[in-house]
Amino acid sequence: MEALITNHVIKRYAQHVALQDVSITVPEKSIYGLLGPNGAGKTTLIRIINQIINADEGDIRINGELLAPRHIGSIGYLPEERGLYKKLKVGEQLIYLAQLRGLSRHDALNKIKHWIEKFEIRDWWNKKIEDLSKGMAQKIQFISTVLHEPKLIILDEPFSGFDPVNANLIRDEILELRQKGSTIIFSTHRMETVEELCDHIAMINKSKKILEGPKKEVKSRFKSNTFAVEHRGDFSLSSADFQIVSNRHTDDGYIETVIKSLNGKNGNELIQQLVPLTEIHGFRERIPSMNDIFIQLVNGASDE
Amino acid sequence: MNKIWLVVQREFLNRVQKKSFLIATILIPLIFPAIMAALIYLAKEQQKNASQEVIHFVDESGLINESDFKKFALRKFDGPIEDAKRAFSESGDFGLLYVPNIKLSDPTGISLYTKVNPSPSDVSDLESAIESRIREEKMSHFNIDQKILDSLKTNISIQSINLSASGQEKSTDTKVLFGIGMAGGILIYIFIFVYGAQIMQGVIEEKTSKVVEVIISAVRPFQLMLGKILGLASVGLLQFLIWIILISTVSSLVMGYFGLDMPQKEMMEQVANANEYNGNFINIITTLSELPVFYIVASFLFYFLGGYLLYGALFAAVGSAVDSPAEAQQFMFPITIPMLISYFALFTFILDNPHGPISIWLSIIPFTSPIAMMGRIGFGVPTWQLIVSMVSLIGGFMFTTWVASRIYRIGILMHGTKVNYKVLAKWFVMKV
Repeated sequence: MEALITNHVIKRYAQHVALQDVSITVPEKSIYGLLGPNGAGKTTLIRIINQIINADEGDIRINGELLAPRHIGSIGYLPEERGLYKKLKVGEQLIYLAQLRGLSRHDALNKIKHWIEKFEIRDWWNKKIEDLSKGMAQKIQFISTVLHEPKLIILDEPFSGFDPVNANLIRDEILELRQKGSTIIFSTHRMETVEELCDHIAMINKSKKILEGPKKEVKSRFKSNTFAVEHRGDFSLSSADFQIVSNRHTDDGYIETVIKSLNGKNGNELIQQLVPLTEIHGFRERIPSMNDIFIQLVNGASDE
Repeated sequence: MNKIWLVVQREFLNRVQKKSFLIATILIPLIFPAIMAALIYLAKEQQKNASQEVIHFVDESGLINESDFKKFALRKFDGPIEDAKRAFSESGDFGLLYVPNIKLSDPTGISLYTKVNPSPSDVSDLESAIESRIREEKMSHFNIDQKILDSLKTNISIQSINLSASGQEKSTDTKVLFGIGMAGGILIYIFIFVYGAQIMQGVIEEKTSKVVEVIISAVRPFQLMLGKILGLASVGLLQFLIWIILISTVSSLVMGYFGLDMPQKEMMEQVANANEYNGNFINIITTLSELPVFYIVASFLFYFLGGYLLYGALFAAVGSAVDSPAEAQQFMFPITIPMLISYFALFTFILDNPHGPISIWLSIIPFTSPIAMMGRIGFGVPTWQLIVSMVSLIGGFMFTTWVASRIYRIGILMHGTKVNYKVLAKWFVMKV
């Protein structure tokens, strides 16, 4: 079952097209990374899923049902532009936001209790947001996003603006929420978090989806069949199957040579060729990082 | 619907739980009378304690009698006016009054020389003192006794009676109706501005604290806007209710206190002296008691709410379009103008001529009707006009709410955009 499907979504503004035929499929219980440079259309797509704005064309399905106002209660949303009522006390604030998502006051109270125990913030209850530190307010903001136990949690740039302690806390919570059965979509342009958390990704650039799939698949799709070999002693390789791309001296006295495989030969075959030539200390296939892929795609697109 | 209710509740509690609400609600009805009392007291004291200003005078007519002038101390100067002017300019005194040898039939040429401009009341005091002196002179000239003159003087007050179609008579005191119209109009004017500004401020706060995106992912922008407007309306109604209760309790307490405290004799004297006044007073009381109180209160509440809703939506739209209250100034103009027009119209001609064509039109056009109709309501408004006015006010606030919500839904998500009327128009037609 898919937690979310967007089907050929188009959103036009007077001056430009914000989303051009964007279809994504978010599997249930996945952590789905929505990547793309600033202004690519991520936030527009997220706002459409949150029913803040409407798509001009295309439809959106949540667990197979067409998106409707009743889904508000099963979505948790942390926008990029976030904030809380400054003058409102923490407790009242959390209750109000939960009530707007359809929880009764009683249910909201019970669920808040769980979170304030968990984050050990019991004595904040009667404090106004303006009296809290920024980090404290961020915790409250996160609680308000997940308080109503949404099946689908959408976080727009969750790690920007959060201090490292809270960012870690949120990372742990994201993993735990997934464990409990929630699906998490987050948009980011910080590739290290994608690397660490996501199991699925989609990339949006210039209002189009340019890439989508499980992270592993995407990475192997972008494999360039290159290997990095750490060795001692120079060698030259004269082979039709392998080609030296670069080499450099490492800090610990080895040489790292990058070799590209040309005719679909695998690592074992390369090692066989190398063994007589040099003393191998390290060997690994170079898998592209999400960062490499991201930059390659975005730059490639702008080169067109 | 449920969500609008949640927003209404939240807005209501936010305001009512503030200390400032409690303070304002309790103190304003006490502070205003207190300030007024203090001012009156100070003015009285000032009058009592003020040392009399000295006026020199040169009298060639023999008309001036020092004891006629209560406000000023007059000092006679014997000699020609030129010398008097010189002497006056060297003194530190207030003025120099010159009365040439005038004819009683043509008393011209009286002048007052001063170093600073005299106030109109000073001049008219002097004028009336001389006028009454001339009048006495004329009377003795014509051999008329003061007693005869007094007996000629009559004081009449016309009792205005409404004759209804069924032949029922109802006496009214137009001053009371005037007062009701004025008070109603002013209250609505103040309420719309004070609470309208609060709506706007609330919207700007939501925008700048950036909580708004979280909220509108859970409620429609329209629901949020309407909830805010209605929530503040309920705060306003509560505040009014408390004021009415407070003012009536305080004033009845005060009246009771003075009524009991006044010595019997003095009271009897006052009653005897105030026969004429008493007639008026009875008239006022009967007018008040015969006024259709329910009708007036109900229409006040209607126009109060209607006007507030009509303008409240516009205030919300302005708040949504800007990032700070200072920026909001540029959009306040079109909101303020119709309010000001109806406010000034209230004083200049609606209350004087409540059944004139302009008064009628202003009381029907929804942007001016809340204030204008309150000015007319006491004088009796034909039912059809009232219905047309109410229907167009309802239509009016539905219209402004619709217009405002189209700007609001876009505006609240826009940060740091330079907004002018063209941009607002673009937002208005924009799809979401």
